Amino acid sequence: MSTKLSMDKLSIGCVAPPNGSLIYKTGAWRTMRPVFKHVTCIGCRGCELVCPEGCVFGDPKKKLFDFDPDYCKGCGMCANECPKDDIDMVMEAK
Amino acid sequence: MGKPEILEGAMAVAHAVARCRPEVIAAYPITPQTHISEELSTIVADGELDAEFVKVESEFGAASVVLGASAAGARAYTATSSQGLMLMAEVLWNMAGMRLPVVLACANRSVSAPLSIWCDHQDAESVRDCGVIQIYAEDAQEACDQHVIAFKVAEDRRVLLPVMVNLDGFLLTHVFEPVELPDQDLTDKFLGKYEALYKLDVDNPMSFGCFTEPDKCMEGRWMIHDASLRSLGVIEEVSKAFAQTFGRNAGGLLEEYRSQDAETVLVAKGSICGTIKDVVDELRDKGRKAGLVCIKTFRPFPREAVVKALRGAREIAVIEKGGSFGAGGIITPDLKDALYDAGLRIPVSGFCVQLGGREVTPDGIREIIDRVSKGERVVYEYFRLRKEILPDLVP
Repeated sequence: MSTKLSMDKLSIGCVAPPNGSLIYKTGAWRTMRPVFKHVTCIGCRGCELVCPEGCVFGDPKKKLFDFDPDYCKGCGMCANECPKDDIDMVMEAK
Repeated sequence: MGKPEILEGAMAVAHAVARCRPEVIAAYPITPQTHISEELSTIVADGELDAEFVKVESEFGAASVVLGASAAGARAYTATSSQGLMLMAEVLWNMAGMRLPVVLACANRSVSAPLSIWCDHQDAESVRDCGVIQIYAEDAQEACDQHVIAFKVAEDRRVLLPVMVNLDGFLLTHVFEPVELPDQDLTDKFLGKYEALYKLDVDNPMSFGCFTEPDKCMEGRWMIHDASLRSLGVIEEVSKAFAQTFGRNAGGLLEEYRSQDAETVLVAKGSICGTIKDVVDELRDKGRKAGLVCIKTFRPFPREAVVKALRGAREIAVIEKGGSFGAGGIITPDLKDALYDAGLRIPVSGFCVQLGGREVTPDGIREIIDRVSKGERVVYEYFRLRKEILPDLVP
């Protein structure tokens, strides 16, 4: 049917292999980054569910959530959503 | 060959589409398109067509459903008008970019505001640049036949772009004309079964329409341009094959009507070409050399064919049903562009004759021919504008 899809060469319609977009590490677009404090977390998974990039992950039982810095754009939705104020947004600076 | 029946334009289109056997249809009612989707839903409900008819909440939904269906490898169809097309606009760009051969009809209607349900071409022309191929029908027969051609062109591996068949709202959708529906067996043979180049498949996953960085996006866009230009040859080829199979002409890039030796040549698209042909015949009978070039394919713009057809003209008048506010016409500048490039300096005048259903009579066409043949030139004129009803323009 069709040739093998790759991320180096375009296909007709720019159809890409599954997970192909993972090569684009959009984390570099970030100016603010979330800090998961792990103090008052109740494991509601709100941060994980609202993340538009799908890059918040964790274990609700252990109440330990964090983000993937390769893809997080620092939008702050997780921090805004957290009912326990357990996520801070800080400037991405050294 | 079938036998002609007296059918309403929109109904005829619905039956012609059914004979192309789309597997998924999604549409939202909007005047003057409604009869097409209404009739198709009846055809599906009656079990005459084995297709999924998806009822949606809007034209954005309709376009998105057929996009998804096409990505899943189905032959997909939708129809709309005016505001509905505006709502589809974002999805149309996606369809073209994902190279999905969806076919859609646009029953051409004015875009608000002021609100009007009547015909002009501003709806289709405002999505001119999205990569969707646009063809225009002169009568109900052509609107039916162009759907068969549309599926064949869209699905051709050299093209793989959506095709929009334009038919004038009310003027074609709601008139009853003798129509010979495309024969089912011939249509089946002509189109064959659609085989997608890529399709969504759980066993062989792939991503459609995903992100590209600046180092690749431009090439993705160029491929749309390239395919659209290549479709010019495919449209000609498929139109010839259609004529051979079905015994009548229905498409191509343009139609030259008594224009080869004409001094004054009119250029137009859609149903108004019928009126212009009558005026041309009448003037020819009086010994005046008038002719018409009827644009069938508007996007891609058939530059070479247009130049070839207009090379011998003394002056050209473009009859438009749209325009770009603050700039001028839509076909007019395309034409000037093509002629200029070919080193031709034939004067081209643009006349906007119909917005929001303003009636165009043979008498109006005659007046335009008289004016330009006497040497009058206009850049772009709103023809017979009723200045007496205008307010103080700077209150």
